[in-house]
Amino acid sequence: MWQAFVRWFHKWSSPKWFYTMSQPWSFWLGWAATLIIASALVWGLMFAPVERLQGNSYRIIFIHVPSAFLSQAIYAAIAVLGLVGLVWKMKLAFFVAKQCIPVGASMALLALVTGAIWGKPTWGTWWEWDARLTSMLVLLLLYFGLWALHNAMERPESGDRAAAILALVGVVNLPIIKFSVEWWNTLHQPATLKFTEAPPMHPSMLIPFLMAIVGFYLASMAWVLMRTRLEILQRERKSRWVEDELNRFAEGQ
Amino acid sequence: MGAFDSFSAFLAMGDHGVYVWSAYAVGAAVIAFNVITPRLHRQRLISDHKRRMRREQR
Repeated sequence: MWQAFVRWFHKWSSPKWFYTMSQPWSFWLGWAATLIIASALVWGLMFAPVERLQGNSYRIIFIHVPSAFLSQAIYAAIAVLGLVGLVWKMKLAFFVAKQCIPVGASMALLALVTGAIWGKPTWGTWWEWDARLTSMLVLLLLYFGLWALHNAMERPESGDRAAAILALVGVVNLPIIKFSVEWWNTLHQPATLKFTEAPPMHPSMLIPFLMAIVGFYLASMAWVLMRTRLEILQRERKSRWVEDELNRFAEGQ
Repeated sequence: MGAFDSFSAFLAMGDHGVYVWSAYAVGAAVIAFNVITPRLHRQRLISDHKRRMRREQR
Protein backbone atom coordinates (compact mmCIF):
# COMPACT_ATOMS: atom_id res chain seq x y z
CA MET A 1 0.00 0.00 0.00
CA TRP A 2 2.66 2.49 1.10
CA GLN A 3 4.96 1.40 -1.69
CA ALA A 4 2.20 1.85 -4.23
CA PHE A 5 1.68 5.36 -2.91
CA VAL A 6 5.41 6.16 -3.16
CA ARG A 7 5.50 4.89 -6.73
CA TRP A 8 2.42 6.94 -7.62
CA PHE A 9 3.96 10.02 -5.97
CA HIS A 10 7.22 9.61 -7.87
CA LYS A 11 5.46 9.20 -11.17
CA TRP A 12 3.36 12.33 -10.68
CA SER A 13 6.34 14.34 -9.46
CA SER A 14 8.02 13.90 -12.86
CA PRO A 15 7.33 17.00 -14.99
CA LYS A 16 7.26 14.94 -18.19
CA TRP A 17 4.69 12.48 -16.83
CA PHE A 18 2.60 15.35 -15.48
CA TYR A 19 2.80 17.19 -18.81
CA THR A 20 1.58 14.16 -20.76
CA MET A 21 -1.14 13.06 -18.34
CA SER A 22 -2.56 16.52 -17.61
CA GLN A 23 -3.50 17.33 -21.19
CA PRO A 24 -6.83 15.44 -21.31
CA TRP A 25 -7.54 16.55 -17.74
CA SER A 26 -7.28 20.26 -18.51
CA PHE A 27 -9.38 19.75 -21.65
CA TRP A 28 -12.26 17.92 -19.99
CA LEU A 29 -12.19 19.98 -16.79
CA GLY A 30 -12.37 23.11 -18.95
CA TRP A 31 -15.42 21.89 -20.87
CA ALA A 32 -17.20 20.60 -17.78
CA ALA A 33 -16.57 23.95 -16.08
CA THR A 34 -17.89 25.90 -19.07
CA LEU A 35 -21.12 23.90 -19.15
CA ILE A 36 -21.70 24.00 -15.40
CA ILE A 37 -20.92 27.71 -14.99
CA ALA A 38 -23.04 28.66 -17.99
CA SER A 39 -26.08 26.74 -16.70
CA ALA A 40 -25.56 27.99 -13.14
CA LEU A 41 -25.43 31.64 -14.23
CA VAL A 42 -28.39 31.41 -16.63
CA TRP A 43 -30.38 29.76 -13.83
CA GLY A 44 -29.15 32.25 -11.23
CA LEU A 45 -29.72 35.35 -13.35
CA MET A 46 -32.98 34.45 -15.09
CA PHE A 47 -34.84 31.73 -13.23
CA ALA A 48 -33.96 31.95 -9.53
CA PRO A 49 -36.66 33.94 -7.71
CA VAL A 50 -36.01 37.47 -6.51
CA GLU A 51 -34.79 37.79 -2.94
CA ARG A 52 -37.28 39.27 -0.49
CA LEU A 53 -35.04 41.83 1.22
CA GLN A 54 -32.27 42.61 -1.28
CA GLY A 55 -34.19 42.45 -4.54
CA ASN A 56 -32.20 41.43 -7.60
CA SER A 57 -28.81 42.65 -6.35
CA TYR A 58 -28.50 39.33 -4.46
CA ARG A 59 -27.80 37.64 -7.84
CA ILE A 60 -24.21 38.84 -7.42
CA ILE A 61 -23.87 35.99 -4.88
CA PHE A 62 -23.54 33.47 -7.76
CA ILE A 63 -20.09 34.84 -8.60
CA HIS A 64 -19.13 36.58 -5.35
CA VAL A 65 -19.11 33.56 -3.05
CA PRO A 66 -17.56 31.07 -5.54
CA SER A 67 -14.68 33.48 -6.28
CA ALA A 68 -14.15 34.13 -2.56
CA PHE A 69 -14.07 30.35 -1.89
CA LEU A 70 -11.59 29.74 -4.69
CA SER A 71 -9.30 32.60 -3.68
CA GLN A 72 -8.89 30.93 -0.27
CA ALA A 73 -8.77 27.32 -1.49
CA ILE A 74 -6.08 28.20 -4.05
CA TYR A 75 -4.06 30.03 -1.40
CA ALA A 76 -4.22 26.94 0.84
CA ALA A 77 -3.10 24.81 -2.12
CA ILE A 78 -0.14 27.13 -2.75
CA ALA A 79 0.94 26.80 0.90
CA VAL A 80 0.67 22.97 0.85
CA LEU A 81 2.51 22.75 -2.49
CA GLY A 82 5.19 25.09 -1.16
CA LEU A 83 5.67 22.88 1.88
CA VAL A 84 5.88 19.76 -0.32
CA GLY A 85 8.40 21.53 -2.54
CA LEU A 86 10.55 22.63 0.38
CA VAL A 87 10.46 19.30 2.25
CA TRP A 88 10.75 16.83 -0.66
CA LYS A 89 12.64 19.18 -3.03
CA MET A 90 9.96 18.50 -5.62
CA LYS A 91 10.20 21.06 -8.40
CA LEU A 92 6.85 20.16 -9.95
CA ALA A 93 5.12 21.22 -6.72
CA PHE A 94 6.79 24.62 -7.07
CA PHE A 95 5.71 24.90 -10.71
CA VAL A 96 2.07 24.23 -9.82
CA ALA A 97 2.26 26.58 -6.82
CA LYS A 98 3.64 29.39 -8.99
CA GLN A 99 0.92 29.03 -11.62
CA CYS A 100 -1.79 28.95 -8.95
CA ILE A 101 -0.90 32.57 -8.11
CA PRO A 102 -2.48 34.43 -11.09
CA VAL A 103 -5.63 32.30 -10.90
CA GLY A 104 -5.98 32.81 -7.14
CA ALA A 105 -5.26 36.53 -7.41
CA SER A 106 -7.91 36.96 -10.10
CA MET A 107 -10.42 35.17 -7.85
CA ALA A 108 -9.55 37.39 -4.85
CA LEU A 109 -9.90 40.48 -7.03
CA LEU A 110 -13.27 39.28 -8.36
CA ALA A 111 -14.52 38.60 -4.81
CA LEU A 112 -13.46 42.07 -3.66
CA VAL A 113 -14.87 43.96 -6.65
CA THR A 114 -18.21 42.10 -6.74
CA GLY A 115 -18.41 42.55 -2.96
CA ALA A 116 -17.91 46.30 -3.32
CA ILE A 117 -20.54 46.50 -6.07
CA TRP A 118 -22.97 44.46 -3.97
CA GLY A 119 -22.18 46.55 -0.89
CA LYS A 120 -23.38 49.79 -2.49
CA PRO A 121 -27.11 48.95 -2.78
CA THR A 122 -27.09 46.69 0.31
CA TRP A 123 -25.01 48.60 2.89
CA GLY A 124 -24.93 52.00 1.21
CA THR A 125 -21.15 51.93 0.86
CA TRP A 126 -18.59 50.46 -1.53
CA TRP A 127 -15.97 49.90 1.11
CA GLU A 128 -15.62 49.79 4.87
CA TRP A 129 -12.57 48.72 6.87
CA ASP A 130 -14.59 45.75 8.06
CA ALA A 131 -12.61 42.71 9.27
CA ARG A 132 -13.77 40.44 6.42
CA LEU A 133 -13.12 43.04 3.72
CA THR A 134 -9.72 43.96 5.13
CA SER A 135 -8.52 40.36 5.49
CA MET A 136 -9.61 39.64 1.89
CA LEU A 137 -7.63 42.69 0.76
CA VAL A 138 -4.64 41.27 2.65
CA LEU A 139 -5.14 37.99 0.75
CA LEU A 140 -4.99 39.84 -2.59
CA LEU A 141 -1.83 41.67 -1.46
CA LEU A 142 -0.28 38.32 -0.45
CA TYR A 143 -0.92 37.04 -3.99
CA PHE A 144 0.77 40.15 -5.44
CA GLY A 145 3.68 39.64 -3.02
CA LEU A 146 4.10 36.00 -4.10
CA TRP A 147 4.15 36.95 -7.78
CA ALA A 148 6.58 39.82 -7.12
CA LEU A 149 8.95 37.44 -5.28
CA HIS A 150 9.04 35.10 -8.29
CA ASN A 151 9.86 38.00 -10.59
CA ALA A 152 12.42 39.58 -8.26
CA MET A 153 14.76 36.59 -8.11
CA GLU A 154 17.54 36.07 -10.60
CA ARG A 155 17.32 32.28 -10.33
CA PRO A 156 13.80 30.82 -10.57
CA GLU A 157 14.69 28.24 -7.89
CA SER A 158 15.25 31.04 -5.36
CA GLY A 159 11.89 32.53 -6.31
CA ASP A 160 10.23 29.17 -5.69
CA ARG A 161 11.68 28.88 -2.20
CA ALA A 162 11.08 32.52 -1.20
CA ALA A 163 7.45 32.38 -2.40
CA ALA A 164 6.88 29.07 -0.56
CA ILE A 165 8.06 30.63 2.71
CA LEU A 166 5.88 33.74 2.25
CA ALA A 167 2.91 31.50 1.37
CA LEU A 168 3.39 29.48 4.58
CA VAL A 169 3.66 32.62 6.73
CA GLY A 170 0.56 34.08 5.08
CA VAL A 171 -1.54 31.02 5.99
CA VAL A 172 -2.43 32.77 9.29
CA ASN A 173 -4.63 35.06 7.20
CA LEU A 174 -6.96 32.18 6.16
CA PRO A 175 -8.54 31.53 9.59
CA ILE A 176 -8.75 35.30 10.06
CA ILE A 177 -10.84 35.54 6.87
CA LYS A 178 -13.01 32.60 7.90
CA PHE A 179 -13.74 33.72 11.45
CA SER A 180 -13.72 37.48 10.82
CA VAL A 181 -17.51 37.52 10.51
CA GLU A 182 -17.87 35.75 13.85
CA TRP A 183 -15.12 37.38 15.93
CA TRP A 184 -15.93 40.95 14.94
CA ASN A 185 -19.59 41.65 14.54
CA THR A 186 -19.40 44.13 11.71
CA LEU A 187 -20.78 44.82 8.27
CA HIS A 188 -20.31 41.55 6.38
CA GLN A 189 -22.97 38.92 6.93
CA PRO A 190 -22.01 35.49 8.37
CA ALA A 191 -21.31 32.53 6.09
CA THR A 192 -24.20 31.40 3.91
CA LEU A 193 -23.01 27.80 3.78
CA LYS A 194 -22.04 25.95 6.95
CA PHE A 195 -21.18 22.29 7.31
CA THR A 196 -23.09 22.02 10.55
CA GLU A 197 -26.42 23.50 9.46
CA ALA A 198 -28.89 23.17 6.64
CA PRO A 199 -28.45 26.05 4.18
CA PRO A 200 -30.97 28.89 4.68
CA MET A 201 -31.75 29.09 0.96
CA HIS A 202 -34.58 27.79 -1.18
CA PRO A 203 -33.48 25.03 -3.61
CA SER A 204 -34.27 27.30 -6.57
CA MET A 205 -31.44 29.56 -5.38
CA LEU A 206 -29.28 26.94 -3.67
CA ILE A 207 -28.84 24.59 -6.66
CA PRO A 208 -27.44 27.22 -9.10
CA PHE A 209 -25.34 28.59 -6.21
CA LEU A 210 -23.76 25.17 -5.53
CA MET A 211 -23.34 24.58 -9.27
CA ALA A 212 -21.48 27.88 -9.60
CA ILE A 213 -19.13 26.87 -6.77
CA VAL A 214 -18.41 23.49 -8.41
CA GLY A 215 -17.96 25.20 -11.80
CA PHE A 216 -15.47 27.71 -10.39
CA TYR A 217 -13.49 24.85 -8.78
CA LEU A 218 -13.32 22.94 -12.08
CA ALA A 219 -12.41 26.05 -14.09
CA SER A 220 -9.64 26.97 -11.67
CA MET A 221 -8.21 23.44 -11.86
CA ALA A 222 -8.27 23.57 -15.66
CA TRP A 223 -6.56 26.97 -15.70
CA VAL A 224 -3.87 25.90 -13.22
CA LEU A 225 -3.17 22.72 -15.24
CA MET A 226 -2.93 24.70 -18.48
CA ARG A 227 -0.56 27.23 -16.90
CA THR A 228 1.55 24.55 -15.23
CA ARG A 229 2.05 22.77 -18.56
CA LEU A 230 3.51 25.99 -20.00
CA GLU A 231 5.62 26.55 -16.88
CA ILE A 232 7.06 23.04 -17.38
CA LEU A 233 7.95 23.84 -20.99
CA GLN A 234 9.64 27.07 -19.94
CA ARG A 235 11.59 25.71 -16.98
CA GLU A 236 12.58 22.38 -18.59
CA ARG A 237 13.37 23.82 -22.02
CA LYS A 238 16.90 22.38 -21.93
CA SER A 239 15.63 18.81 -21.85
CA ARG A 240 15.25 16.84 -25.05
CA TRP A 241 11.53 16.06 -24.88
CA VAL A 242 10.60 19.72 -24.29
CA GLU A 243 12.65 20.75 -27.30
CA ASP A 244 10.78 18.18 -29.40
CA GLU A 245 7.47 19.47 -28.10
CA LEU A 246 8.38 23.10 -28.87
CA ASN A 247 9.53 22.11 -32.36
CA ARG A 248 6.17 20.44 -32.87
CA PHE A 249 4.39 23.66 -31.76
CA ALA A 250 6.60 25.83 -33.99
CA GLU A 251 5.84 23.68 -37.03
CA GLY A 252 2.13 23.63 -36.30
CA GLN A 253 1.95 27.42 -36.14
CA MET B 1 -38.96 34.78 -18.94
CA GLY B 2 -38.16 32.90 -15.75
CA ALA B 3 -38.39 35.23 -12.78
CA PHE B 4 -39.00 38.30 -14.99
CA ASP B 5 -42.04 39.55 -16.90
CA SER B 6 -40.10 40.78 -19.93
CA PHE B 7 -36.61 41.08 -21.38
CA SER B 8 -36.43 44.75 -20.38
CA ALA B 9 -37.38 43.79 -16.82
CA PHE B 10 -34.56 41.22 -16.93
CA LEU B 11 -32.07 43.90 -18.02
CA ALA B 12 -33.35 46.35 -15.42
CA MET B 13 -33.06 43.80 -12.54
CA GLY B 14 -35.54 45.80 -10.46
CA ASP B 15 -33.51 48.95 -10.00
CA HIS B 16 -30.30 46.98 -9.48
CA GLY B 17 -29.32 46.46 -13.14
CA VAL B 18 -26.21 48.63 -12.88
CA TYR B 19 -24.91 46.64 -9.91
CA VAL B 20 -25.72 43.15 -11.19
CA TRP B 21 -24.44 43.70 -14.74
CA SER B 22 -21.26 45.50 -13.72
CA ALA B 23 -20.45 42.67 -11.28
CA TYR B 24 -21.00 40.09 -14.04
CA ALA B 25 -18.91 42.18 -16.47
CA VAL B 26 -15.99 42.02 -14.03
CA GLY B 27 -16.59 38.26 -13.78
CA ALA B 28 -16.41 37.97 -17.58
CA ALA B 29 -13.18 40.00 -17.57
CA VAL B 30 -11.62 37.66 -14.99
CA ILE B 31 -12.58 34.61 -17.08
CA ALA B 32 -11.12 36.29 -20.20
CA PHE B 33 -7.88 37.02 -18.31
CA ASN B 34 -7.56 33.37 -17.30
CA VAL B 35 -8.29 32.10 -20.82
CA ILE B 36 -6.14 34.59 -22.75
CA THR B 37 -2.94 34.87 -20.66
CA PRO B 38 -1.97 31.17 -21.11
CA ARG B 39 -2.38 31.59 -24.88
CA LEU B 40 -0.08 34.61 -24.88
CA HIS B 41 2.42 32.68 -22.74
CA ARG B 42 2.32 29.79 -25.20
CA GLN B 43 2.96 32.10 -28.17
CA ARG B 44 5.88 33.73 -26.31
CA LEU B 45 7.38 30.30 -25.60
CA ILE B 46 7.16 29.36 -29.28
CA SER B 47 8.68 32.62 -30.56
CA ASP B 48 11.49 32.40 -27.96
CA HIS B 49 12.13 28.84 -29.10
CA LYS B 50 12.25 29.86 -32.78
CA ARG B 51 14.71 32.67 -31.98
CA ARG B 52 16.94 30.21 -30.09
CA MET B 53 16.86 27.79 -33.01
CA ARG B 54 17.87 30.50 -35.50
CA ARG B 55 20.73 31.65 -33.26
CA GLU B 56 22.03 28.08 -33.01
CA GLN B 57 21.95 27.58 -36.77
CA ARG B 58 24.17 30.59 -37.41
